[in-house]
Amino acid sequence: MNLKGSDEKHYIDKYLREDRMPHIWCPGCGLGSILHCFLSGLIKTGISMDKVVVVSGIGCTGRVAGYLKLDSFHTTHGRAIPFATGLKLANPKLKVVVFSGDGDLIAIGGNHLIHAARRNIDMTVICVNNFNYGMTGGQLGPTTPLTARTTTSPIGNYERPFNVPYLAAASGAVYVARWTSMHVRRLEQTITEGLLKRGFSFIEVISPCPTVYGRMNRQPTGLDQLRYYRENSVIRHGADPKEVDIDLNGKIVVGKFIDIERPTYSDLLDEVVQKAFEPELPKPDTSKKRATVAGSTPK
Amino acid sequence: MPRVGPLVGEFFMNGDTACAEGAISAGCRFFAGYPITPATEVAERMSARLPEIDGIFVQMEDELASMNAILGASWAGVKAMTATSGPGFSLMMENLGLGVMLETPCVLANIQRAGPSTGLPTLVGQGDMMQARWGSHGCYSIIALSPSSPQECYQLTIKAFNLSEKYRLPVLIMSDEIVGHMSEKVVIPPPEDIEIFSRRKPTAVPEEYLPFEPDADLVPPMANAGEGYRFHVTGLTHDERGYPVMTAEAQDRLVRRLVQKIEQNKTDIIDIEEDGIDNAEVVVCSYGISARVSQFAVERARDEGIKVGMLRLVTVWPFPEETIRQISQRVKAFVVPEINYGQIALEVERCAGGAADTILVPNMGGSAHRPETIIDAIRGAVR
Repeated sequence: MNLKGSDEKHYIDKYLREDRMPHIWCPGCGLGSILHCFLSGLIKTGISMDKVVVVSGIGCTGRVAGYLKLDSFHTTHGRAIPFATGLKLANPKLKVVVFSGDGDLIAIGGNHLIHAARRNIDMTVICVNNFNYGMTGGQLGPTTPLTARTTTSPIGNYERPFNVPYLAAASGAVYVARWTSMHVRRLEQTITEGLLKRGFSFIEVISPCPTVYGRMNRQPTGLDQLRYYRENSVIRHGADPKEVDIDLNGKIVVGKFIDIERPTYSDLLDEVVQKAFEPELPKPDTSKKRATVAGSTPK
Repeated sequence: MPRVGPLVGEFFMNGDTACAEGAISAGCRFFAGYPITPATEVAERMSARLPEIDGIFVQMEDELASMNAILGASWAGVKAMTATSGPGFSLMMENLGLGVMLETPCVLANIQRAGPSTGLPTLVGQGDMMQARWGSHGCYSIIALSPSSPQECYQLTIKAFNLSEKYRLPVLIMSDEIVGHMSEKVVIPPPEDIEIFSRRKPTAVPEEYLPFEPDADLVPPMANAGEGYRFHVTGLTHDERGYPVMTAEAQDRLVRRLVQKIEQNKTDIIDIEEDGIDNAEVVVCSYGISARVSQFAVERARDEGIKVGMLRLVTVWPFPEETIRQISQRVKAFVVPEINYGQIALEVERCAGGAADTILVPNMGGSAHRPETIIDAIRGAVR
């Protein structure tokens, strides 16, 4: 965007759809910072922008795809990962990124997440976790901390939430990291690393939702939530994902938890195909009786 | 193991296998599916055939994922399909709608079994015909083809791919358990004798490309991901740029076009088979396995001197309204055998508009009609 009174363009502007601004996100939301980190992290990878495809599901984070001047898909609720799986397997040259929220990826799309991680599909999943369903007005989600208030847990949440990095790691992700939207430099660096990692990389980003989650849990502004992150984040690279649960307004363990090597889906497929078949495909044998597709059911 | 490549010649195969071979002939190189009786043979054939021709077979975690994976693959530029039956078809409905909204070419075969719910997994039904038309939420038009033999499973799968690429939408193959599981001769022609249609590519430069600006036939040319067009597409109501627009005007413009691109091109899409309609007093109208039983019944009724015609719907959706309307002016009645409690019969009745009676010959599923049941209905119609 042009800053007021200035012709100077920001270096990420050319990857944004300026004709779609202003965006729909609330003041104090973390998505703007995270989107910025994504683009600057992506630029640093040196990957050709024509080969980058971003797939989003539904929700506030689901709107990310629509603001990017890249090939981008805004799909159905929870289904970004299988859509992205189709893209990646059909054209392995694409750099496929799934950018979606915690409700989309962990609740309705949870099954797809664990299976894509198990298969080690070569893609990067950025999961923006704001602990609730923001777009529909702040309902309870699978990441809402115990006792937190939401519009469907007005007396406090009594469901145990998922520990998201533990879920991703246990399912087979080869790269798992977590930051908050306050950790812009580290997040950017992790995004670069995650994008360059072969296999299923998973980055959770804790993000403010002052409009509903924050307001209902004594952090009514974006600034309050960022202050909470600053005061309570604990950087612990290599932490056991089992131990990175988040309690209401408690400590947030951040850092890179998992970075391992494992053959991808395509690696294993190629290996099996090579073993199973001879390299050359024969020409079809047309010496047999010539057939025709004219007409329909033969009498 | 040697690679087999495209098959050419005469084969003895079942309808499901023929469907898979038709897909391969049509250029399909991506299959995503989830096991379900009686569609499993399509997936099994694809899992054996696609790897050897550098295609991708992927068994997904469910039918929601399968439908989405083929949409993604299609946007990557690869012809893609899935195959399922009743319960899986229900699960695919949401993202069939996404395919319609994103105007994504792909093919979905439904080897119908009897429902509702788990119903009769191994036995025939034709109860999903209206679901094929209206199953996803919102307003849209769809194309559905109904094969009556393994040979036709082969041919209609090719046709389904061609139509999906031409009109940019998911095309449904509404087969059934009997057609899927029966084995017959299937003739596969050499590749050069098979007509293949592939999506029209944009001629505009990327900076000027509008992903949903239609040509005269109301179908927009389609860029694939990774080709440098940097397009955005969304399941939200959108304009020609692919950008969400939340207004009644944008909705009107988009939905009208999605419906009209099928309605306007009906004559190109609709394929029906008529037999002895011209001097008929009564016409039996059917599709799939029921059409084969009907054909037998029609021939026996003719032996009795009854003037009866046969109208077989190869294309079920869009519905051949005009044909039914015209025939209704000349005949006493339509007899509609189908393996459900009356779905296509409702359409026939609607299009006949009272000019001719519509006699439903229902069958709740589990087996095809007995020819006698249909012959009785024909006799009743001319009485």
